[in-house]
Amino acid sequence: MPRIKEKIIETGLALAAVVTVLTTIGIIWVLFSQTIDFFSEVSIVDFLTDTQWTPLFADKHFGILPLVAGTFLTTTIAIIVALPIGLTIAVYLNEYAPKSFRKIVKPLLEILAAVPTVVYGFFALSVVTPFLQNIIPGMAGFNALSAGIVMGIMIIPLITSLSEDALFAVPKSLREASYGMGSTRLQTAFKVMVPAASSGIIVSVILGISRAVGETMIVAIAAGQQPRLTLNPLVPIETITTYIVQVSTGDVAHGSLEYRTIFAAGMALFVFTFILNNISYWVKKKFQEKYE
Amino acid sequence: MNKLEARNVNVFYGPNQVIKDVSISIKKNTVTAFIGPSGCGKSTFLRLFNRMNDYIDIFKMEGRIEIDGSDIYDKQIRVEELRKQIGMVFQKPNPFPKTIYENVIYGLRIQGIKDKKILDEVVEKSLKQAALWEEVKDKLKNSALALSGGQQQRLCIARTLAVAPTVILMDEPASALDPISSAKVEELIYELKSQYTIVIVTHNMQQAGRVSDTTAFFYMGELVEHDSTKMIFTNPKNERTQNYITGRFG
Ligand SMILES: Nc1ncnc2c1ncn2[C@@H]1O[C@H](COP(=O)(O)OP(=O)(O)O)[C@@H](O)[C@H]1O
Ligand SMILES: [Mg+2]
Repeated sequence: MPRIKEKIIETGLALAAVVTVLTTIGIIWVLFSQTIDFFSEVSIVDFLTDTQWTPLFADKHFGILPLVAGTFLTTTIAIIVALPIGLTIAVYLNEYAPKSFRKIVKPLLEILAAVPTVVYGFFALSVVTPFLQNIIPGMAGFNALSAGIVMGIMIIPLITSLSEDALFAVPKSLREASYGMGSTRLQTAFKVMVPAASSGIIVSVILGISRAVGETMIVAIAAGQQPRLTLNPLVPIETITTYIVQVSTGDVAHGSLEYRTIFAAGMALFVFTFILNNISYWVKKKFQEKYE
Repeated sequence: MNKLEARNVNVFYGPNQVIKDVSISIKKNTVTAFIGPSGCGKSTFLRLFNRMNDYIDIFKMEGRIEIDGSDIYDKQIRVEELRKQIGMVFQKPNPFPKTIYENVIYGLRIQGIKDKKILDEVVEKSLKQAALWEEVKDKLKNSALALSGGQQQRLCIARTLAVAPTVILMDEPASALDPISSAKVEELIYELKSQYTIVIVTHNMQQAGRVSDTTAFFYMGELVEHDSTKMIFTNPKNERTQNYITGRFG
């Protein structure tokens, strides 16, 4: 009896593994085949150079640039917000805060990371935007700035947590060496500890960028869903992910050219995150070779 | 006047007293060796002189420690200034993950010195003093981590010298090194003596005998005996010292 039971479990596990692999292959296959179909109708040059993205209008243009610009804009704002704050918190936790405080704050940050992004999205739309409109007159109700800032807040825990781990991994003897030469805490933190942890910090930023590039809900709610080739953070824009959501939830006919645009956009997104992941892998590897 | 002076010093880690009523005088431009069995408080006592124990939450000190007659635990003293005067070399080489050049000038950088000419001069002078110049002069821009352990330790000594301290504290600076590197570091200590006051913790009796002018024997937090190295090794007054140096315990 136990033998049979074991066999069943074994087969079950193997099946699970096969299903995972097949699903992945399936996704990539659909993505590629639909993208290839798309490019049989739209030239790749137009896709990469046209400055308008209007696949759902009568006058159709298929330039991905406005979506890339929107993604770039919100992601940049998010990182500008998240990196200084996240790194400052990490340095504070590692260099200044008492150990007991660190033990309380780290789990709290992880809770912040677990807040659903819809909540962040409404926070951006109903709190941050009205607040910013008081300061910046003429700012549109939907804009990249609020979405970017709130996305940055969302990414802070990720950057803090990973940077803090990287700082914590720096040998204590370096800190002693620095103090021993007459450095202040601040100098020790930013001239010795942060540089020594730089590979981990860079990886945290790259993962933050990946997260921002792939983030959908906040931008969908707060940034306006209007593809526009601009770097002005005060007007409505659209990102790659929000476009995909917009079309997938709309009533576009399956198999139509409009439908295939989401796969082309998805492919662009896939390429970005693929590159980012490779950079972070490369950074990790390169610095490990150097410092160990 | 003595360069360093400790008067009736007690140290506690929480409830444990690890230094018990220690007083010691250290003369200018001499090498003083601290010896004694592991755990007897040598490192703790050494680190009192540059206030490196201040970062330990449960650390508490009583008594007075002076450099050139002034109290280093005075509230007016800036610890950063004190540590520019009193440099430290640690047991395990701990160069920064930076270039050799950047390691040497780190202390000057944090003082805001930017003049390339001064920096270049200090790098050459300090590395020569640390007997490392010939080995690294063509690869100053290489990572310090690519050096051997012995070279790294001499780099750490050069880094300390670059700040121009008057006192150098060394906590078992050669114990992590191979015999040849260890001998080089020893030789170096001997040469630095003319310009610096050096206090060195060591486990190695021969080493203490070779490099130091005076030797202080610690046992369970007490300073048992402090005398010229020759006296300690040939004619110790205390029986515990005698037992320790003849290797009967420790
Ligand atoms: N950070 C610390 N916290 C608590 N106790 C310590 C700490 N550092 C050292 N001690 C204790 O103080 C005593 C002296 O240690 P130490 O000065 O390192 O001795 P040595 O250098 O002679 O081996 C030991 O009993 C050690 O366990
Ligand atoms: Mg020790």
